[in-house]
Amino acid sequence: MSTIASAQPYLPEAGTRAGMRGRPPAARRVWPWADALFSVLAHGAAWLTLALLAAILVSLVIGAAPAIREYGLNFLWTSEWDPVQNRYGGLVMIYGTLMTSFIALVIAVPVSFGIALFLTELSPTWLKRPLGTAIELLAAVPSIVYGMWGLLVFSPILARFVQQPLQAAFHGVPLLGPLVSGPPVGIGLLSAGIILAIMVIPFIASVMRDVFDVTPPMLKESAYALGSTTWEVVWKVVLPYTKTGVVGGIMLGLGRAIGETMAVTFVIGNFNQLHSLSLFEAANSITSALANEFGEAAQGLHQASLIYLGLVLFVITFVVLAGSKILLQQLKKREGTVA
Amino acid sequence: MLKYQTLVRATAAVAIASAAFAATAQDITGAGATFPAPVYAKWADAYNKATGARLNYQSVGSGAGIQQIRAKTVDFGASDMPLADDVLAKDGLMQFPTVIGGVVPVVNVKGVAPGQLKLTGQVLGDIYLGKIAKWSDPALKSLNPGLALPDEAISPVRRADGSGTSFIFTNYLSKTNADWKAKVGEGTAVNWPTGAGGKGNEGVAAFVQRLPNSIGYVEYAYAKQNKMTYALLKNRDGNFVPPDADNFKAAAAGADWSKTFFQVLTDQPGKDAWPISGATFILVYKAPEKPVNVANALKFFDWAYANGDKMADDLEYVPLPAAVKDLVRKSWATNVKDSGGKALAWK
Repeated sequence: MSTIASAQPYLPEAGTRAGMRGRPPAARRVWPWADALFSVLAHGAAWLTLALLAAILVSLVIGAAPAIREYGLNFLWTSEWDPVQNRYGGLVMIYGTLMTSFIALVIAVPVSFGIALFLTELSPTWLKRPLGTAIELLAAVPSIVYGMWGLLVFSPILARFVQQPLQAAFHGVPLLGPLVSGPPVGIGLLSAGIILAIMVIPFIASVMRDVFDVTPPMLKESAYALGSTTWEVVWKVVLPYTKTGVVGGIMLGLGRAIGETMAVTFVIGNFNQLHSLSLFEAANSITSALANEFGEAAQGLHQASLIYLGLVLFVITFVVLAGSKILLQQLKKREGTVA
Repeated sequence: MLKYQTLVRATAAVAIASAAFAATAQDITGAGATFPAPVYAKWADAYNKATGARLNYQSVGSGAGIQQIRAKTVDFGASDMPLADDVLAKDGLMQFPTVIGGVVPVVNVKGVAPGQLKLTGQVLGDIYLGKIAKWSDPALKSLNPGLALPDEAISPVRRADGSGTSFIFTNYLSKTNADWKAKVGEGTAVNWPTGAGGKGNEGVAAFVQRLPNSIGYVEYAYAKQNKMTYALLKNRDGNFVPPDADNFKAAAAGADWSKTFFQVLTDQPGKDAWPISGATFILVYKAPEKPVNVANALKFFDWAYANGDKMADDLEYVPLPAAVKDLVRKSWATNVKDSGGKALAWK
């Protein structure tokens, strides 16, 4: 009640309407402290986020301190992970995280682009809504479901119809043979990457569709009027216009791929050795190692090394985000110089 | 008005009920191993019905259980891996066993039925080391002359998460395979030289059931409930024995519990002893800060020793032999004291 009453004086009255048309009043007249309070809260929320980020970083560094003292940066390129001997190196997990995310993006970006292109340019109108909603629904499927499906349904299929034929075909071939070697069980880097791709496609596709939709029709129609094909319109008009949004969508997907835990731990094999660079070799990722080992990790170096891995993941995410911002700036700078 | 009176009455009733409840509640908190969690839950439910006291057990893993008892956030910790006596002495802790379980090698090989495949610790270790890579290996063939083993690669499967099951299994391999001991060793998590990792017993069971020509190890209850193809193992006395409750009991009987409860029941002597058996343990402080809580916890386990054997059997755990239970009770009486040096009233 009181808020409505206090809002009354601000209702524009006929006589003062002309006067109100200018700048809004600098300060609120009834509750002068309300603006100040709101300003403090808004600032506080923003700073709190930053403070939390800093606090996470600090507590990670403190938790990882024993491992950092022991191994320093060598941790990043040592592949041995031996809880019995108490010797730890993070290379296998770091490689697994980067490689699975890379595979996921290689698959997900073209597919998402195709989905967005179809939905905005090619699809008949009646199909747009149901299809768009279906893709958004995919984003809501819990990751454990993808993991179980990957383990029970997908990996046997991958093993029988992809891996075993490839191994038979490339047996003894120099470069390709080792690339597809490994136990023929369908779990490892490739299946983790594919599951991740399926998981991030809805994110990337729906962001791409949304930004493609906001391209001004005038630009597109001008291009069509000049005789462009649909492909030329999308590639040379829509994509350059929406590149910020597209890169943002890809980064959103990459962020999810790097941080995904449950689905990956089911299909990656959780294997802490770097025998070969085969795509079918069981491997491990940072998040999967953390989820599997933290509960039983003894205090001391084992736990500190796991926290160190968490810190590395933090840095990887940060570098990826910073990289995408720099990429966008570079793209902006070149605007106007390239046709 | 009528409504108001009803409300008052209801509130009063709730208040009285909760006061009565608070008076009888003797909540016990514990945390640790996941392996015995089902039987603790079942015991706790029956104990609650019998006495009104509640047990709040968090199955967070043995390592976390040890950490929580060290941090004194719980009344007791639970671990599948016994702590060495000197470690216990340093922390002022005592440990005692509750139930026994077994770890079972399971395989998925076409044409091999449960209980047909014979293995030794040496061969099992070599398989997990990657030295025996095919089912047609001469070492496997000489153990199983009657079986038609395929000329296919073995896919070993093991736990990805740190676990007491892995500890018992790797402890057994270390005792029976010198190469394993030198290269890998024992622990809840080790540097596995080969194999795919599944999360939890259910993960390993799923892998083994899905992957042709695979071998894995799971707790007995999992193997039995999922009707998996288990293998026979050669025990220390040279007999090939199947995994079952009697053979786990035989392994426990072969151990000398009288001096210390630090007993890993792998590779025990005994005609029928199953070689990969193990007990699961409870940790309490010898001079607890809250003696009443620990006394309640001991009361619970005393009750479970007396009344819980059938429930443990139903869940495929093996109860302790009566002699061991008496030793544990004796140890409580002599070891766990309050600040005045008096034994706790758990009887």
